[in-house]
Amino acid sequence: MTAIPLAQQFLNLFAALLLLIAFAMLSQRRVLSLIRLFAWQGAILTLSIADSAWLTHQPHLYYSAVLTFVIKVLILPWLLHRLIRRLNVVWDVETLLNIPTTMLVGIVLVVFAFNLALPIAQLSNTILRNTLGIALASVLLSFMMMITRRKAVPQVIGFLALENGLFLAATSTTYGMPMVVELGVALDVLVGFFIFGIFFFQIRETFDSLDIRHMEKLKED
Amino acid sequence: MEILILLCVPLAGSMLLAWKGHRTYAPELNAAISILTLVAAAYVTRQVMVDGPKVVFDEQFFIDPLNVFLVTLTAFVATTTALFSRPYMHNEAAHGRLSPRRLRLYHSSYQAFIFTMLLALTANNLGLLWVAMEAATLTTVLLVSLYRTPASLEAAWKYFILCGVGIAQALFGTILLYFAAEKVLGEGGTALLWTHLVMVKGNLEPTILSLAFVFLLVGYGTKVGLVPLHNWLPDAHAEGPTPISAILSGLLLNVALYALLRTKVLVDGALHAPFAGQLMMAFGVLSVVVAAFFLRRQKDIKRLFAYSSIEHMGLMTFAFGMGGPVASFAGLLHMTLHSLTKSAIFFAVGHATQKTGSQLMEHINGLIKTNPTIGWGLLLGSLAILGMPPFGVFASEFLILTTAMHAHAWATPWLLGALGVAFAAIFGKVQPMVFGPAQTQRLPHSPALVPVFLHLSLVLMLGLYIPPALARWYHQAAAMLG
Amino acid sequence: MKASALAFQLVQSLLVLLLAPLFLGWVDQCRAWLQNRRGAGVWQPYRTLVKLFYKEVVLAHDASPLFRVTPYVLFGCMALTATLVPMVATDLPLAGAVDVIALVGILALARVFLALAAMDVGTAFGSLGARREMLVSFLAEPALLMVFFTAASLSASTSLSTIVTVLTHRGFFLYPSLAFSGVAFLMVLLAENGRIPVDNPETHLELTMIHEAMILEYTGRHLALIEWAQGLKLLAYVGLGLALFFPFGMTESGDWWALPGALLAFILKLIFMGAGLALLETLSAKQRLFRVPEFMGGAFLLAVLAILIHYLLGA
Repeated sequence: MTAIPLAQQFLNLFAALLLLIAFAMLSQRRVLSLIRLFAWQGAILTLSIADSAWLTHQPHLYYSAVLTFVIKVLILPWLLHRLIRRLNVVWDVETLLNIPTTMLVGIVLVVFAFNLALPIAQLSNTILRNTLGIALASVLLSFMMMITRRKAVPQVIGFLALENGLFLAATSTTYGMPMVVELGVALDVLVGFFIFGIFFFQIRETFDSLDIRHMEKLKED
Repeated sequence: MEILILLCVPLAGSMLLAWKGHRTYAPELNAAISILTLVAAAYVTRQVMVDGPKVVFDEQFFIDPLNVFLVTLTAFVATTTALFSRPYMHNEAAHGRLSPRRLRLYHSSYQAFIFTMLLALTANNLGLLWVAMEAATLTTVLLVSLYRTPASLEAAWKYFILCGVGIAQALFGTILLYFAAEKVLGEGGTALLWTHLVMVKGNLEPTILSLAFVFLLVGYGTKVGLVPLHNWLPDAHAEGPTPISAILSGLLLNVALYALLRTKVLVDGALHAPFAGQLMMAFGVLSVVVAAFFLRRQKDIKRLFAYSSIEHMGLMTFAFGMGGPVASFAGLLHMTLHSLTKSAIFFAVGHATQKTGSQLMEHINGLIKTNPTIGWGLLLGSLAILGMPPFGVFASEFLILTTAMHAHAWATPWLLGALGVAFAAIFGKVQPMVFGPAQTQRLPHSPALVPVFLHLSLVLMLGLYIPPALARWYHQAAAMLG
Repeated sequence: MKASALAFQLVQSLLVLLLAPLFLGWVDQCRAWLQNRRGAGVWQPYRTLVKLFYKEVVLAHDASPLFRVTPYVLFGCMALTATLVPMVATDLPLAGAVDVIALVGILALARVFLALAAMDVGTAFGSLGARREMLVSFLAEPALLMVFFTAASLSASTSLSTIVTVLTHRGFFLYPSLAFSGVAFLMVLLAENGRIPVDNPETHLELTMIHEAMILEYTGRHLALIEWAQGLKLLAYVGLGLALFFPFGMTESGDWWALPGALLAFILKLIFMGAGLALLETLSAKQRLFRVPEFMGGAFLLAVLAILIHYLLGA
């Protein structure tokens, strides 16, 4: 077994934890715990980016780490907490969720993502290339979380988690996008989140609930 | 500098309207800002025609024959829509359907939306292009739910989630593209700049680029409204206010297709194989066929024309997928004509629905007797969009179909059949609305029909005669697309 | 060399057989302390065993030979398992006899016999317990196999002895896959040994009991053997866990000088593990039976993730 630097071992550990969190989010029924998991996901993402910045001596990765930390760990979870308090859905529980089936499909998705990422990872020469499969897997898992949820807030958390996965993909293949783009994406996420927030109030005002099942009227008959 | 003005006018306008947008003169202000934008766009166009393409601001923005034509089109349709929206919004406010606060939101978002589209069109940085596309969704989502009815909220939610997820796929595609480019162009800012990418497109890694294109096609294709990613489109068009339907259909779909075309050029260069084109052709034919068959089942007039937009976007995607000078020329021409025609139709539809207070086609009838101008506008618009000569759509569809017959004969029967079905469906539904027995009373206020007939006469003109300058321009853009 | 290795094997086997009730007693005692009780002392399981061996066996009228054979099969299987797991030393002579997959097979054999015997007499509780036991194990067994697969692919061998040798000499290296499978293994351990949160070894409440429901009909020396086997099973599982995830301080067979150190390390680890197990059981609550599949599903998921991560990250 060849000696691998400690920082890289930590990178692998962080990647593994991100995958674990993606599954935990997939199976978590409580909104409050979902937000906590989302914050953890952001924190581990930050650590992972900072670690790779340290490993590769890329100063702009430190900025992305700080950006991730501020937005994903501080601002968004705080806003989510405020939001669910204002909406009075702190103790909301998703009842219709078949966890074992979801898990099995999730495992299949991970295998699929890994196979998809394999040809790209082979071409990449960054130290993070193994992480690409995990990033893609967490994108797909968040996607699936959005599909399986029937409540609005968890769907949005899934959306934000999806964006986290994309961010991981960006750092793992290319050490991050140019700063202009990263800032733009961050701005889009924030604005998007505010619009989601406005939406929640509009939806609840109109339907008296945040259950998406009320919103399946528009169909082709 | 010109580009800066072009981008700043709608941005500043959006801020101004966020402050003053609830006043009674806001619709006029909105139209004035749009006219200013159009002037700026015309100036930029003239500059490019004289000096040729240019790259500005640390190479982040650029103007070349492909996007200058879309910039002008966007500014033009945005202006006419603002003119149409002026009486429309006055009427909505007078009937108490929209409060001053919502009018402010509407006007501010309208200009912000125009800004994001112009940003997307002029961005040289493909990452910035993505950011602008996402921002275009964000600015329109609250417009779709402007009426706060259950159906409009549902439509907006669907639009937001589907386009958000779709556009996330496009981000992944962009990341992959950057990854491939970084190997050739080195790290740093230049690896996402289209002008640099297009110079080294032959050296980009083909495997990564083909995978990237799949993600980009799914991502931007969602916004183009390609089947099977089209679910949000009819809902968003039907439930939003009509001016928004007009610019969604006439502009946003174009910009999304434009984003796809930019990447297609790179992928084609890297692959030396028609992979991207074949994918686009397949999606295009599917969209045309599926949308044509859905047309028959529509009861809501705005949904009807939304499906017609899917059909035409499919046709354009197919044309660009075929590639080659003729097909790309036809695709660009069709893009222009569809924008003009479809927005004209939505203007007419907007007035008709405002009058009857219903979007259901069974409630709209006898327009030609009660409101002859609206009736004629709807009838002529429908005939134009159905590809009747002498309107321009006939010319572009004819070009696309004849090229398809030569190069990809398999697709022709599908396309022809679908166009026939679409003709029967739309004409069968429009005819009673225009001619049937009249039940509705006259419109209390005089409709703004100048935009409708302005668009339609342009469409007619392009069917009979394309000015040489415009034709040269199309040829240049088509040559860029390959 | 050969002789000393055999001697090593003998020492370990005897040690395990004799230590098993003591470990059970230690866990119970820790639990008592944690719950502010005085407890019966660590020697209580021995007293119970002796008492049961002196009692007469009462058999139901329609008990078949299977019912009578089962305690011996069970004890045999568990004794074999506990003997095969490298606890103090690797490279034991008997270790070549089975690999990890066969080990899972032996455990399954014991389970099948127990379930059949539980249904043999035809009482309601027996069948109920058997059914529940099978429900738990049908999820626990694949999870256990997955844990073994991860360890096996890390060391490129299915032989327990080789796995442990490789893992002992790995130096400092973070294995996310091993961490995940460690947690999965702990969950399987809790489920298979009838501990909280899956089962409670101390109650005879018909709503919840699993293992106790199966052995309600046993008396006398049969019951003693089953209880002893239960102790052996727990010790075997704990030993397995220690060998796979904390193999430090283990010696190679034949090295007499290192034996006292290895023994000391093993006993210390057992003391810690027992206390930890008691702590875990005190802190968590018994889950409803319907939730148990989810708990086991979680273990299976973790184990699968571990093996996926091993292939994805090579770590």
